[in-house]
Amino acid sequence: MADLLLELLSEEIPARMQYQAASTLRRLVTDRLGNAGLTYEDVHVYWTPRRLTLYLRGLTIRSSDIYEKRKGPSVNAPQSAIAGFVRSAKLDDISQADIVHDPVRGDYYITRTAKRGRSAQMIIAEAIPDIIRHFPWPKSMRWGMSSLYPGSLRWVRPLHSILCLLTTDTDSEVIDFEVGGIHSDNITYGHRFMCNRNPIVIHNFADYTEKLEQAKVVLDAERRRNIILTDAQNLCVSHGLELISNNELVEEVTGLVEWPVVLIGQFDEQFLIIPPEIIRRTIHAHQKCFVTRKRGDTRDALSNHFILISNIETKDNGKEIAAGYSKVIRARLSDALYFWHKDLVSLPKLDRYIAASEKFGLDLKKPLDQRMAHLDHLNVAFHAKLGTQGEQVARIAALSVKIAPIVGANPTFVYRAATLAKADLQTEIISEFPELQGHMGHQYAILQGENASVSLAIEEHYQPKGPTDSVPRNPVSIAVALADKIDTLVGFWMIDEKPTGSKDPYALRRIALGIIRLVLSQNCKIHLMYLLREASHLLSYDISKYQDAAYNKKAVEDQEALFTDIDLILDDLLAFFHERLRVYLRDHGVRHDVIEAVPRTDDLVQMTRCAEALIAFINTDDGNKLLNSIKRVISMLDMETKKNTIIAATIDQTRFREKEEVILNEAISKVEKKITPLIREYRFTPALFSLPILIDSIDAFFKKVLVNDANMLIRANRLAVLDRLYNLISQFADFKKITSKK
Amino acid sequence: MPEYLNPNCSFQGLILILQNYWAKYGCVILQPYDMEVGAGTFHPATTLRSLGPRPWKVAYVQPSRRPGDGRYGKNPNRLQHYYQFQVLLKPSPSDIQELYLDSLKAIGLDSSLHDIRFVEDDWESPTLGACGLGWECWCDSMEVSQFTYFQQVCGIECTPVSGEITYGIERLAMYLQGVDSIYDINFNGRVGKERITYADIFLQAEQEYSLFNFELADTSLLYRHFIDAERECIAILAAGMPPKTGDFHRCVLPAYDQCIKASHIFNLLQTRGVLSVTERQSYILRVRSLARRCGDAFLLTDAGCICSKERSR
Repeated sequence: MADLLLELLSEEIPARMQYQAASTLRRLVTDRLGNAGLTYEDVHVYWTPRRLTLYLRGLTIRSSDIYEKRKGPSVNAPQSAIAGFVRSAKLDDISQADIVHDPVRGDYYITRTAKRGRSAQMIIAEAIPDIIRHFPWPKSMRWGMSSLYPGSLRWVRPLHSILCLLTTDTDSEVIDFEVGGIHSDNITYGHRFMCNRNPIVIHNFADYTEKLEQAKVVLDAERRRNIILTDAQNLCVSHGLELISNNELVEEVTGLVEWPVVLIGQFDEQFLIIPPEIIRRTIHAHQKCFVTRKRGDTRDALSNHFILISNIETKDNGKEIAAGYSKVIRARLSDALYFWHKDLVSLPKLDRYIAASEKFGLDLKKPLDQRMAHLDHLNVAFHAKLGTQGEQVARIAALSVKIAPIVGANPTFVYRAATLAKADLQTEIISEFPELQGHMGHQYAILQGENASVSLAIEEHYQPKGPTDSVPRNPVSIAVALADKIDTLVGFWMIDEKPTGSKDPYALRRIALGIIRLVLSQNCKIHLMYLLREASHLLSYDISKYQDAAYNKKAVEDQEALFTDIDLILDDLLAFFHERLRVYLRDHGVRHDVIEAVPRTDDLVQMTRCAEALIAFINTDDGNKLLNSIKRVISMLDMETKKNTIIAATIDQTRFREKEEVILNEAISKVEKKITPLIREYRFTPALFSLPILIDSIDAFFKKVLVNDANMLIRANRLAVLDRLYNLISQFADFKKITSKK
Repeated sequence: MPEYLNPNCSFQGLILILQNYWAKYGCVILQPYDMEVGAGTFHPATTLRSLGPRPWKVAYVQPSRRPGDGRYGKNPNRLQHYYQFQVLLKPSPSDIQELYLDSLKAIGLDSSLHDIRFVEDDWESPTLGACGLGWECWCDSMEVSQFTYFQQVCGIECTPVSGEITYGIERLAMYLQGVDSIYDINFNGRVGKERITYADIFLQAEQEYSLFNFELADTSLLYRHFIDAERECIAILAAGMPPKTGDFHRCVLPAYDQCIKASHIFNLLQTRGVLSVTERQSYILRVRSLARRCGDAFLLTDAGCICSKERSR
């Protein structure tokens, strides 16, 4: 038994990638060694800003011998077959093969070759370089002289040394290999600043952790995390404060230091009038520090003390460092305060905004209304061919009012929220913290006394921003969010700037996904085509205004052509939605064949609910049975259609000859009556689960009834029954496309 | 060291020490590029020279214009015109981080008293079509430098990769001199009547340029200038095309000047607040396309050196 110690020392690894990288390293190493026939007792991985370390205990020192059997031909096989086997098994002659006695198959030849086990050293020396070369970093880079050549080593940041030791109680051996010019060795280096730059020789894992600790590196992230949290809490308590912890930040800071030292700093109390969210974001995002509140303070208020995590211990106990951090935070907050004040005061020369205020029904006494008026007044371009942001807001407001009744929102609130939704783009604080767009509009709206759902919608109308961002619940937010996104998408479709391949500069795919997630969050019928058409009406007016502004005459002609083809454009956009929905559902584990089978409509809720219900249904025994029966029906219809057999347009009951025909037709009628209202209400699950009563009658029909009756009229009538069944089922899906279990 | 050259009290001393440090390492010490640029990276000695296989070591100060950062001289930390000290080492040497830390030591930043950190910050210049992996370098949470391994410039893979270090020298000077406002930085390191501060030199400029950038710049003129620069860049590149394969491109640097110009005009338009987020994106794409064309053409020159043609030196 031996232990393997591997350390990959590089320049600073982004904090957010360290944990994942260590887990990946563990998986790759254990898989490789396991596949090569080695076993081990346990394995640990560690990570710091500069190292990934793996420690594997109780490793077998060689893989065991493996015997491979190879079956040959029968002993009675022709000479040529036996000669072929001798050649392919690399034998001198057939007497070297064994004979296996098999009463059923007859006796046959077999060879057994031993594949010798290999030493752990050899296996590791082969596996590790390969793992390093193909390590799946989310983002990796090339560096140095070697980057001149294709295929040079990639790592997350330049890789500097590889420590790779196989150790026993008495012995320690370097596993020799080379990757990208780096030779494995038994050395490592300590803390970047609290230790010199000399190499440290390592003998085994115990030696490694001990020497690292001396060299001011806490290897275990869990320990660093605990030091940070415990020290931070203690420091807070001793100052009468409470730590406002944040898991993400704790994780990040743990990955930024090898030797955590917790310190406290402060800023002037005058900054506390800035909204806490801005202070918190400033201090978190830019300084990676924690904010605090006064002990026992239940208000949503912060204290003017913050906690910082330094990477070094200094002889002045961090005095200079804390002073430095405080100074930087002071500078940042004084910026924020300046902007916060400026955004609340009235803009000069309000009379220039009268036109805008009339257009949008703004109250020029209120700061946010002024900013909206200013936005409109400035004629800020949204896109050269799609008009200004003011025009865009007018369109969004008009469209969102149309959407309001569909999602159950108050139209007055929706209109107000839409007109103020982009106003914060003209605030100073947003030019400074663009990532706060929406959030600041929300804050300013509250301050000027807007209705709560209006204020909230200003922030939420940007959501969902990505696949994991939350979908708003406030109906006002939903109406404005849909209107904003639909306007953008239809607009870009109308000026023919669609995403192509990997190019999607305006993130239109993400916007489409946002619409899909918003629509799916609603349990009501939303006919997308209606909304797309409304948006296109609003847009076509603005687009035609900017025809003159288009770059050249050809563009104008293109646009004229576009307007005449508005139906084609919207159909194309709907197809884009279907494609995005397909991707979205696939990412959520919905079976590919089922997605393809569901009929495409402009009601995405219907498509999704139907796909979900179908999967649940065909996973049952009855469902699968029905699926197989229907497939039989479809293949028969297909076959007859190909042969141009006549299928009666309507069923004539007087032409039934067998009782199975009658029974099947009645069963269909019964089911049809039951499921039609259910489908109308999107209750696909009960509708689908009403189908299995058809199974027996279909089976009986196929068993007893000969569809291809000599009488053409009877045949056509029988096919009409099947066709009716097919039409009934097609309301759910094209069952032909769904794979069944046999 | 005489006091007027000590970075603890002299801005120009700081620059001179960095120049000396990198000169000693073997860098060419260049002077600023004579055009308005947003960052030291735009200097052709970085953008273009980072392309192609030839080794290159350079350091220079570059006045950088960020029109949108102007605050009429009222903000102690923000300027629309400031200095960057730029170092480019191609290919990136393996001890580049140590070289950087030693340069901090040279200007008097004691890494045993200050918390110096390399924090992930992958750099990207959408207008230059450039990107790289690296860090912001922090001194007690203040970003004092940007450290980047160029992976792509002008949309072209860097072979080999260069290491770029950009020092924000006003920030460093504030730190070293212990002042809270950029305007209080002692520029010449003298005392009493002979002392010249940053405010003495630049406050008026900040006020005037802020007024111009935010309020006065004529946007219709700027729109036109942008289109002019764009057209000129494309025209010059077309005219300088190598007559036959293997010949050099004859006119890349002047074309690249037009690309720089377009980029600055775009910054001004943005500062005037007349571009929406979406419109902004389309301008970025237009500048990037110019940068890309310049980069491609540079590779066909002597300095870009991927021609099969033997060098005639």
